Amino acid sequence: MSEEFKVEIVNPEKSFLIKDDVSEVVVPAFEGEMGILKDHISIISFLKPGIIKILSKSGDENYYVEDGIVEFKNNNLSILTSTIFNLADMDKSKQQDLLKQAEEEANKTDINDQSKYLADQKVEVLKTLN
Amino acid sequence: MASLDDLKKRIASVKSTQKITKAMKMVAAAKLRRAQESAEKGRPYSEKMNNVILNLSNGISDKENAPKLLSGTGQEKTHLCVVMTSDRGLCGGFNSNIIKKAKSYFAKILDEGKELKIITVGSKGNDQLKRVYGDKIIENISFKESKNANYFDADKVGKMVIEKFEVGEFDVCTIFYNQFKNVITQIPQAQQIIPLNSEGEETSSEESYEFEPDEDEILSNLLPKNISTQIFKAMLENSASEQGSRMSAMDNATRNAGEMVDKLTIEYNRSRQAAITKELIEIISGAESL
Repeated sequence: MSEEFKVEIVNPEKSFLIKDDVSEVVVPAFEGEMGILKDHISIISFLKPGIIKILSKSGDENYYVEDGIVEFKNNNLSILTSTIFNLADMDKSKQQDLLKQAEEEANKTDINDQSKYLADQKVEVLKTLN
Repeated sequence: MASLDDLKKRIASVKSTQKITKAMKMVAAAKLRRAQESAEKGRPYSEKMNNVILNLSNGISDKENAPKLLSGTGQEKTHLCVVMTSDRGLCGGFNSNIIKKAKSYFAKILDEGKELKIITVGSKGNDQLKRVYGDKIIENISFKESKNANYFDADKVGKMVIEKFEVGEFDVCTIFYNQFKNVITQIPQAQQIIPLNSEGEETSSEESYEFEPDEDEILSNLLPKNISTQIFKAMLENSASEQGSRMSAMDNATRNAGEMVDKLTIEYNRSRQAAITKELIEIISGAESL
């Protein structure tokens, strides 16, 4: 029996990615990284800024996300996110732009703890990419 | 009767108007295709979002403490209406249909003695509403610079709505937009987004989910996003409707202009012939009298 399942990434504009032959997906869930394999229990969780790793036969892919929701049910993984970039397409200048934005946000004083935490996360993740 | 020269000028002017409406129709048709495509592509996101929220709200054990965005503030005193229209005119009944729908809703609310607040998105709606409801409009947003509906803009509107909700400026929020059915039919819609109307369709699958972190926290994170998503969906539907409406309006205008040109040409030919006949009669009767 195959150990593969289906993953679908949707952003508000379109269906970003659909893949049938995925063996494992690692998502940056809010309470820590979470690896999802076939026949995982149904779960809903949301994401913090980080890297989604998709492992499949046709090659591994990495995506940078800033937020989102994951839903896993009947071996279908749906990821809803408003900001997603394929790391392979992301060049240095784009990275720097995002990093700058995130740093500005993190340095604001009038934001609440949660947004502060998220902004710090963004900075951290983007720094590790460089 | 208009002189020959006048008729000629009118025919020329109607013809050039026809050229413009024809060009606008073509442009609208091209834009419509794109807008329709993005409306269709955007659908999975809002559908999935709805599904997740339905599953979540079913899973919530203690309804009393559910987030306010889901259950409401417990009263219905102040209504906020977000009226979404276009920034450009010449699109048939597109804007007036939304305004009509919104106005009848406003009248109902005011009759019930409730308070009304309006946010207009798009300058055309603002133009039409400010005459009657000028004092109720608290905000006017327009995205003239953005070419297509994008999520970033929708998110701005969404965040503003949520901010106002959190400081208790209103209890119920409704958005008005045109739903795109096909090129000739757009249905004006009033959709309540706060509190969320999750009644009606119960999800059939009684599957239990594992939540991480717990339901409440996910919901309070998800609901604001859902607001933006719903607004974005409305924007997409609206832009497809706008182009569809403009296309059929311009099609009609082109056809009417064509009819007018035909009529004027006949009139022109007739009076030209009348003039010739008159001249001939004058010459002949002149020759006879000699």
